[in-house]
Amino acid sequence: MGWAIALHGGAGDIPVNLPAERREPREAALRRILQIGVSALNARCSPLDVVELVVCELENSPHFNAGKGSVLTTNGTVEMEACIMDGNSKRCGAVSGVTTVVNPISLARQVMEKTPHIYLAFDGAESFAREQGLKTVDRSHFITPENIERLKQAKEANRVQQDYTQPIKTQDQKEPMDPDGDSKLGTVGCVAVDSLGNLAAATSTGGLVNKMAGRIGDTPIIGAGTYANKLCAVSATGRGEAIIRDTVARDVAAVMEYKGLGLKEAAAYIVHEVTPKGTTGLVAVSATGEIAMPFNTTGMFRASATEDGFMEVAIWESE
Amino acid sequence: MVGWAIAVHGGAGVDPNLPTERQEQAKQLLTRCLNLGIEALRSSLPAIDVVELVVRELETDPLFNSGRGSALTENGTVEMEASIMDGPGRRCGAVSGLTTVKNPVSLARLVMDKSPHSYLAFSGAEKFAKQMGVDRVENDYFITQDNVEMLKLAKEADSIVFDYRIPKVCGTGVQSPIHMNGLPISIYAPETVGCVVVDNQGRCAAATSTGGLLNKRMGRIGDSPLIGAGTYACDLCGVSCTGEGEAIIRGTLAREVGAVMEYKGLRLQEAVDFVIKERLDEGKAGLIAVSNTGEVAYGFNCVGMFRGCASENGFMEVGIWD
Repeated sequence: MGWAIALHGGAGDIPVNLPAERREPREAALRRILQIGVSALNARCSPLDVVELVVCELENSPHFNAGKGSVLTTNGTVEMEACIMDGNSKRCGAVSGVTTVVNPISLARQVMEKTPHIYLAFDGAESFAREQGLKTVDRSHFITPENIERLKQAKEANRVQQDYTQPIKTQDQKEPMDPDGDSKLGTVGCVAVDSLGNLAAATSTGGLVNKMAGRIGDTPIIGAGTYANKLCAVSATGRGEAIIRDTVARDVAAVMEYKGLGLKEAAAYIVHEVTPKGTTGLVAVSATGEIAMPFNTTGMFRASATEDGFMEVAIWESE
Repeated sequence: MVGWAIAVHGGAGVDPNLPTERQEQAKQLLTRCLNLGIEALRSSLPAIDVVELVVRELETDPLFNSGRGSALTENGTVEMEASIMDGPGRRCGAVSGLTTVKNPVSLARLVMDKSPHSYLAFSGAEKFAKQMGVDRVENDYFITQDNVEMLKLAKEADSIVFDYRIPKVCGTGVQSPIHMNGLPISIYAPETVGCVVVDNQGRCAAATSTGGLLNKRMGRIGDSPLIGAGTYACDLCGVSCTGEGEAIIRGTLAREVGAVMEYKGLRLQEAVDFVIKERLDEGKAGLIAVSNTGEVAYGFNCVGMFRGCASENGFMEVGIWD
C-alpha cells in the first residue's frame, strides 16, 4: 500500500463562472501545496508532520480562509481557529480566538504535545503561543483587501434583509446571501495516510464572514470538523453550525466502523444523506489508502494524490 | 406517548474518603434537582426546558463544580462553560470563558435560540450576555471558600510532584494514590453538572455546565461545551458526560452513545456500557443518558459519580458509588 493525501481550501457556493483571476491563483496554490505534501510523504515524514506542514502552507497563502486571508469578524478583526489529530493515539490539539500567531495549526500541535489539555482559546491561547516562542505578528498581517470587501458586502446584505423585515431566520437561513459566495464557507484542511496506515487530520480557518466576536465553528471541535482514528482521517468544511450538529468527521468513521461501509460510501452517506444540501464538504483518507472528497455545495477547492502517481486538483464536480 | 425519564449528575471522580456529611449534602441536592425536574415534567414542560431548569439549579447551588462553587483557575478566578442540545432537530448552543454570567446554561440556550451561531466564547460571549440582559454578577460571586482552599492544595500538590525532597503526602495528610485529571482524588473537584431528559412526547435533551479543571490554565476549554464530547442529543437519546475532559473529547463520548444506538441498534443501557468500556482507553469518566423510549441509564469507570435518576413508572435512585 502507498501513501495518500487530500487537502481542501474550502467548500461553498463557488460559482462555476468564477473569473480566471480568482480561480487560477487558488488552483496554482493547491497544486504547489499538494506537491509539498507529496514530497514530505515521499521523504517518509509522518502523516502528523505532513498535515501540519500542508496546513501551514495553506494558512500562509492569502487565497484561502485561514491564517493570512482569513475572513473578518463583524468587528473587522481576525479570529482564527485550528485543530490537529493523530489517528493512532487519538491525541489532539485545538485552538480558537487566535489573533497574532502566524500558524494556528502549529499552535494547536503545541497544545497537543506540550500541555495536558486539548483546547486553548483566546487570551490563554495567545499567551501560550508566546511561552512556546511561536512566531507572532501584528494582527493586520492576516487582513487582505478582498476580505475587507467581503465583510462590507456581508454587512450590506444584512442591512437589506432587515429593511425588508424578513421573518426570523431559520436554522438554514442564518447567514446573509453573499454575492461573492465562494469564500463564505471556507476553511482549509489536510488528511494523510502513510504506507503503514498511520493517519492524521488537520483543519484551520478564519471562520464565517461577519461572525460575532467569540464565535467558534466546527473546525476546533473534535468529531465535528476534524477527526482521526485508526480507520480514517477526516477534515470538514462548510457551515460550521451544521457540521457541529451532525458530528460530521466522527460520523464518517463511525459509519465505517459500525456499519462496515468503505470510506467512499461512508463519506458520501454523511455528506449526501445526513447533512443539509449546501452546507458540507470534506476530505478523508482511510488506513487502506483510499481517498474520498464529497461535497454537497456547488464546489470545493481540493487536491489529492496517491503514491502510485495519481494527482488531482479540482473545484467543481469532476467530469 | 412515552413515560418520561430524567437523570442528573454532579460530576464523576469522587474521593473515596469524602466525609459522610458531604455525601449526604450531595445526595440531598441531587434529590432536590430530580424533584424539580419531575415536577416540571408532570406539568408537561418540554425536555429542553427541563434540562435548562435543572442545570440552573445545580449552577446556583455552590456544592458542585459549576456556576457558583466552580473550581478555580490557576489565577484564583472562575471561568465557566456550558452546552445544551435539543434532540429533535439537534439544535445546540454552547459557551466558554464566562466570568460574570450567573447561569451559563441559560446563556448557552440563548446562543442556540437567539444567535446565528452555536458556540460563543470569552469576551464575545460576555458581550452577547450583556446584549441579552441575562443576570450578571462580579466574578467573586462564584468563588467559595472551599474552592479557595482546594486551589491552594492543588498548587501544593503540583509542587510536590516536582520537588522530590518533599514526601508524597497531600495537603489533607492522607496518602491518595488515585488520581483524576492529574490531581490526587482528595483534591480533585469532580467536573461538571448535567441533566438529560426525555419527555412524554419522546423528545430528548441534554445540558452540561462546569467551572472546569481545578487550577486550570486560563483559556483551557474542556469537554463540557463541546457538542459530541460532553453533551449530545438526537432523536434517539440525550447524553451528558463528566470526568477527564481529554478522554471524553478523544472518545467523542456523548455522540458515541447515540452512534452505537443508531448504527449498531443497541438499546440505551447496552450503548452506555459499551461506550464506557470500549471508548475510554485509560481515561476516567462517567455519563448519564436517556432514550426516546423512556429509558434512563448511567455508567462510569472511575471512583464514584454523583448522580440521580427517575422515570415515570416510579423508579428513583440517587447514588455516588458503584
